Amino acid sequence: MTVFTLINISLLAILVATALTVSRLRALYEAAMLSALFSLVTACLFVLLDAVDVAFTEAAVGVGISTVLLLGGLALTRSREAVTPRRRRLPGAAVAILAGGTLVYASQDLPAFGSADSPVQRHPLTDTYLHQSQEDIGIPNTVTSVLASYRGLDTLGELLVVFTAGVAVLALLGPLAHPVDARRRDDLDLVDYRVLRVISAMLMPFILLFALYVLFHGDFGPGGGFQAGVIFAAGFVLYGLVFGLDKAQQVVPRVVLWALIPFGLLLYLGVGVVNMLLGGSFLDYDTLSSDPAAGQHLGILLVESAIGITVAAVMTTVFFSFANRRATR
Amino acid sequence: MIGTHYVYWLLFALMMIGLYVVISHGNLLKKLIGLTLFQVGVFLFFISIGKVDGGSAPIVSDDVETYSHPLPQVLILTAIVVGVATLAVGLGLAVRIFETYGTVEEEDVLERDTTP
Repeated sequence: MTVFTLINISLLAILVATALTVSRLRALYEAAMLSALFSLVTACLFVLLDAVDVAFTEAAVGVGISTVLLLGGLALTRSREAVTPRRRRLPGAAVAILAGGTLVYASQDLPAFGSADSPVQRHPLTDTYLHQSQEDIGIPNTVTSVLASYRGLDTLGELLVVFTAGVAVLALLGPLAHPVDARRRDDLDLVDYRVLRVISAMLMPFILLFALYVLFHGDFGPGGGFQAGVIFAAGFVLYGLVFGLDKAQQVVPRVVLWALIPFGLLLYLGVGVVNMLLGGSFLDYDTLSSDPAAGQHLGILLVESAIGITVAAVMTTVFFSFANRRATR
Repeated sequence: MIGTHYVYWLLFALMMIGLYVVISHGNLLKKLIGLTLFQVGVFLFFISIGKVDGGSAPIVSDDVETYSHPLPQVLILTAIVVGVATLAVGLGLAVRIFETYGTVEEEDVLERDTTP
């Protein structure tokens, strides 16, 4: 048994134990915090499975944004769950055991974990992505080249989903659904704690700088538009949490955020349309420059920036919508 | 079999815990947390399929021979961000349900709907 297997099993055991605890807890604040721990352990597992880009995203999204959103949702509703009656528990358990048994039975046909001659690894695309991409596109991080170039249309679709989700949350909770009167609450605000205020103000420039680094370094190392967007949003969320919403909205007015949500998507689409006008096919960045590799670089940079803008704007807007709802009630 | 497939089985266990929470628990927010658990199980399953023994992260450099497959990583990377976006929509719906019905328990909501 190698060290790798041992670490793998321990991390997976922690995950299963955390999941079991989360499923049993009726205090939902605790469950939300435990699910943040769950995401952190998941990020470690992603690193172990060689998926550094994914680990990056999971750490920023799972631990940062989704925990804050869950806590925000809980603050607006009730944080204690009713007891689940036995008549509901049994069918659920039966379905889960049955489905799990079927999956385990079917998994006998799966290739061994980590084997080098599985269908995934033997497929001709593997060579295209890992070796051909170095000549076609010429950037070392193949995850970025697949994400932004080879499967650019896919990513456009994903961005469209993020855009739609942002619009949906605005329609559900935003000021469009309810008039806003930003009333100050009387109780102690986070901004009254000096340590928190000073430290978060000091951290802010570093968070934003790091987000920019992640965005522009995505070609060479782990990183890219999705991660950068989420880190940007995490910075704004921290600012809004500590200094209050009014302050945060002075820095980034809501109207600017609303404009940025479609702007990123339109920029992405625009790159595709320009490619077509220049005589290529949709999202074929070769046409952007006389040298195909330079065109690919430019196209990937534009597309990653577009992703970063929309993701950051959507995540920040969603957080502001939840927080505003609380201020108005 | 155990030595080569244990990762998949543990991940199936994870998915099923999530599925159980989604089916049996009546609290809408708890359902959303369960959905996240299920989702993470699926993400890890996808990534584990692309992993190669002795491989390294798919960032090409001169002194590395074997790489894990980048495609599952791309799919899951975007899925994580889409996942949190849909979680936000779900939470938004739960908040609106709470404001209308005064509860986020599925059964109470249904009860209030059926009694005029």
